[in-house]
Amino acid sequence: MADDLERPGGDAEPEAPPHAAPPSIWPFAFALGIAVALIGLIISWPIAAIGGAIALVFGFLWIRDATREVRGTPSPAPPARDDEAVELEDETAARYPRSVFLEGATLGIGALIGGIVTVPALGFAVLPAFVDQAYDAVDLGPLDNFPEGEWRITKFKSVADEPEDVSRRTAYVRNNGTLDGQASFTIISNRCVHLGCPVQPQGLTAEEVTEIDAESGPVEITATEPSGFVCPCHGGAYDIEGNRTAGPPVRALDRYAYSIMDGRLVLGEPYSVGSVEGEGAEAQITAYKIADPGVHVDGLEQYFYPYVP
Amino acid sequence: MEALVLAPVNWLEERSGIVGAISYFLFRKVPRGTNWFHTLGSATLTAFIVQLVTGVVLAMYYVPDPDRAWDSINWITNELTLGWLVRGTHRWGASVFIILLFLHMGRVFLFGAYKYPRELNWLIGVAILLLAMLEGFTGYLLPWDQTAYWATVVGININATAPIAGPFIADFLRGGTEIGADTLSRFYAMHMLLVPGALIGLITLHLYLVIRLGVTPPPWGEDAEPDEPSPNGRPRGAREGLVDPKPRGNGGPAITTRSGVEE
Ligand code: HEM
Ligand code: FES
Repeated sequence: MADDLERPGGDAEPEAPPHAAPPSIWPFAFALGIAVALIGLIISWPIAAIGGAIALVFGFLWIRDATREVRGTPSPAPPARDDEAVELEDETAARYPRSVFLEGATLGIGALIGGIVTVPALGFAVLPAFVDQAYDAVDLGPLDNFPEGEWRITKFKSVADEPEDVSRRTAYVRNNGTLDGQASFTIISNRCVHLGCPVQPQGLTAEEVTEIDAESGPVEITATEPSGFVCPCHGGAYDIEGNRTAGPPVRALDRYAYSIMDGRLVLGEPYSVGSVEGEGAEAQITAYKIADPGVHVDGLEQYFYPYVP
Repeated sequence: MEALVLAPVNWLEERSGIVGAISYFLFRKVPRGTNWFHTLGSATLTAFIVQLVTGVVLAMYYVPDPDRAWDSINWITNELTLGWLVRGTHRWGASVFIILLFLHMGRVFLFGAYKYPRELNWLIGVAILLLAMLEGFTGYLLPWDQTAYWATVVGININATAPIAGPFIADFLRGGTEIGADTLSRFYAMHMLLVPGALIGLITLHLYLVIRLGVTPPPWGEDAEPDEPSPNGRPRGAREGLVDPKPRGNGGPAITTRSGVEE
């Protein structure tokens, strides 16, 4: 039985070839297009468009190749509707109207019940992460704790009703004096804009810590004299205004909006920064709505991410 | 004596057919040349089952609460009898599982076992691989120590850099714009319910297809796929009856290959 490849008696039957797409070179070009598009998304939009176009063209060619067999078989012409056929058809259709109805009803009611259960559950799983997201205002205490021209490390509770371990955040605060009669502060978030590790001030930090029991939670204030900020994770480095000077981060450090109420410094929403020119009160900041670390904010991306609906 | 043993087996078989099904599965024919590399899939399955069992036991003591998660892990490791063993098995087993997945996938790739008619099983495998990595990622946060926390911060932010969908994926993973108490609970729910459930479903489909299609012989040896197409146009190694234009009964366990298995 050495070359008994076929079933006994198989000779008589016509053999169907496997239903597999014929070999095609297009998938390679298609994959190349996808790769170019992805790289383009990161480095430049025109390249992404070129990649997308390549993928589209060769994807089309590939699909055309792969479906040739299917499309090639002409669909059988509808049988001539002579009387006999019509009669037969009517007969089949009319034979079990009730079973057809029951089948439809079972499927329909099943789908309805499934939908009623699934849709709210899915919504509950996904939506809370996106809607009603807001940043609580944080009281950082009396202005006396922030002498003009000096940096302070502030640690505070960012969300009122979450355990402290989870919601403790750090920001670097500098009192810039006044600009046009208004108090000016630079408040830099310690979240590295590479991938989110906590950036550290470069320079001496005082040992003494001022603790305040503010309404929004406890605040710790420590004096420091940084010459810039560095990240422990992958060596990202920033200058004193938060501009990137080295390493993988893609933009300047995020900042916090602020207000002054009853002589106390109050932290507002964080926002992202493309770059900063100038220093202190005079600094020109290109501000964008808060974005995740690693995301560029000054290109097309700013329109692409409707961040908090 | 024999009758005594067989009685319950027969009782079961008569009412469920399960014994026949199992023996069909265990004694099904495999192509000549099937070798140790073909055991990598079962090894992966074993690793997965180990994760399931140890995971269920850990869940009896672990507390997914930001204030207590770390303490409960500490308690499991240092105080509870044999806790160190079960936790250690789950932690090291996670790496073993992922490594075996890749080895199994490499075997399938190098043997060309992803080709017709097994493309679908490759695709299912890819979904399994992605879910397995999600399982690893969500599990890593649970000890709630510094490594876990910052690795998750960085991991979520890597997701956030994906084009278009990135920030949404990140928000979904965090359960908001910032990592918080919700993040830990949802990672726990994904890690112990959502992802394992999906994995069990996909593995079932995967094994169903393995049994239905049979395994691919290695690219060397007698049963290997020759360069010219097989005379009857059927792929070799596939169980006969599947690609037959005319279905024949239940397909039957017989395999006809070049080496000739009696019908
Ligand atoms: C939980 C994970 C997985 C389990 C438990 C599993 C289990 C198995 C088992 C038991 C087999 C039988 C043959 C063998 O052991 O080599 C098999 C075959 C196969 N697996 Fe997996 N597998 C997993 C993941 C994957 C992945 C990640 C891929 C590829 C992306 C994949 C692709 C395949 C294919 C194409 C076959 C058919 C191989 C053949 O016909 O020789 N599997 N799998
Ligand atoms: S997270 Fe700061 S450099 Fe990577």
